[in-house]
Amino acid sequence: MTMTMFTLNAFYGLALAMNMFIIASGLNLIFGVLRVINFAHGMFYMFGAYIVFTVAKTWGAPFFVGVLAAAAGLAIIALVIERLLLRHLYDKEHLMQLLFTFALVLLMSDAAKMIWGTDQYSVGYPPGLGGAVNLGFVVLPQYQLFLCVVGPAIAIAMWLLVDRTRWGRIVRAATQDREMLAALGVNVPMVYAAVFTIGSALAGVGGALAAPRVALVPGMDATIINECFIIVIIGGLGNLWGSFLGALAFGFVVQFGTIWAPNWQDVLPYVLMLVVLITRPWGLLGHPEAGH
Amino acid sequence: MPQRRHLVASAIVVLLLALLPLAGSRYAVDLTTEVLIYALFALSLNVLIGFTGNISFGHAAYFAIGGYACAVLLTTYDWPLAASLPAAVVLAGLVAAVVGYFCVRLTQIYFAMLTLAFAMLVWGVCFKWKEVTGGDDGFTGIKLPAMLTHHVGYFYFTLATVTVGVAALWVICHSAFGLTLVAVRENGVRAGFIGVDTRRMRWAAFTVAGTFGGLAGALFGMYHRGMYIENAFWTESANVLIMVLLGGIYSFVGPIFGAAALHLLQTFTNQYTPYWPTVLGLILLVIVLVLPDGLIGLVARLKGRRGTHKGRS
Repeated sequence: MTMTMFTLNAFYGLALAMNMFIIASGLNLIFGVLRVINFAHGMFYMFGAYIVFTVAKTWGAPFFVGVLAAAAGLAIIALVIERLLLRHLYDKEHLMQLLFTFALVLLMSDAAKMIWGTDQYSVGYPPGLGGAVNLGFVVLPQYQLFLCVVGPAIAIAMWLLVDRTRWGRIVRAATQDREMLAALGVNVPMVYAAVFTIGSALAGVGGALAAPRVALVPGMDATIINECFIIVIIGGLGNLWGSFLGALAFGFVVQFGTIWAPNWQDVLPYVLMLVVLITRPWGLLGHPEAGH
Repeated sequence: MPQRRHLVASAIVVLLLALLPLAGSRYAVDLTTEVLIYALFALSLNVLIGFTGNISFGHAAYFAIGGYACAVLLTTYDWPLAASLPAAVVLAGLVAAVVGYFCVRLTQIYFAMLTLAFAMLVWGVCFKWKEVTGGDDGFTGIKLPAMLTHHVGYFYFTLATVTVGVAALWVICHSAFGLTLVAVRENGVRAGFIGVDTRRMRWAAFTVAGTFGGLAGALFGMYHRGMYIENAFWTESANVLIMVLLGGIYSFVGPIFGAAALHLLQTFTNQYTPYWPTVLGLILLVIVLVLPDGLIGLVARLKGRRGTHKGRS
């Protein structure tokens, strides 16, 4: 493999990793605070991609209006789900929450079929990002470059929000002791609702940004949700930078796996998770208590 | 130990099932065969979930291993059924023992994700080892002994095998070993204090679950005369998990009812509407919001003797 090919592949791996991080970070945030494993996160991703298709392609609005619409749409869907149903389940067993989110997957998959049918769609690169940048020894596509900027930007924004603001302190407190926080006069249910909304909107954004890269088909949610689980698990559940690291590992394994072991690309992420879980059972940056 | 009325009730159920082919409906016989296989599959998973408190997302792996191994031994190697079936079951159990060894070092969601990872590995092998498994075309044309090629013959074979399998699981779950598993589920720390090697117990439960899952898979493959990679995919693991939860995890027979209810409902719904996922989604919402202890819990509640259902048979 030449230097150029290596750089190009590493770059594609990085772009994939950043796109996956945006989606997985939402799942990770929701798990970290609510302790709910949201199976419907992949479905939120798919809705994000479909919304961008409708807004940008069917209605002819600019691509980034579509991305905002996806974020807003998923935020609204998530808020309604949380307020109507999910909030009744926080005190129930994990298994019940899991079944609930699985029910969402089933209901939303049929809803998507009713709204968008079963045809395959594609969304073009947004104007201005469809070209390539020549770095002399390698030519990099602009859209992937754009993803490599957005991913870290979102990571830093989330870190600032959770680690450096008053609201972030409340969110972190909510992961430690809900009851104490409520006794201190914080409206904990609203914190939960906000976290679920933000996390789900991230899935919408991730889906919208993935739309130019992937084919939009029913079932596109099923692989993504497993891949997000892999990323979040190998990074350490609830750990933001763990997810970032997990996404990087995932991106490179998939990209280079496609070249070096083309027949096994679907299985490689699982092998990665297996190796991590056997050597570091709580994930790369996780702590033992994170499992409880 | 088995109470007399349980034994009598079970014998009556088996006897009634044995009379089913007399009704002359091929459809009813085929459907019941499928339900029996899924019932055994769901029961095997419940050894892990209900009795030990470990949720596996990868139980389809052992189902697939049992199914593929039996299919390959019967067809490719021309082994007799009496050797293929036990060999397939033993292989599923061995793989479960190896996988379980790693999985039981973890708990909760990490345990579940590791089972999923191993199961997807099995799926990948079924998918890519084309020479042996047929890859994504599936393994078709399984050779069966002449007496099992007729649907009634296969029905009796399934009924007998599942009855033996269920009885074996019943004995295992109600032995000292099974009661120890319940202790581990209810309070692993205290079980450890009184000298129970909890990890080893969970490992044993994992192996038992995989073994009987493999038996169900072998029956399934022979019934359909083929195994397909979808049988190893994680959606199959989710399906059997739903069967178990629908029936109720804290009762031995619960998963049997869950398997029957889910499979029959799916079959009938598919005749009328393509929207089975919506129906299943609504069923799950009902379980989660109204019936957290499954159908068995509902029956117990209707009888007005709720409260002590945990750990009961």
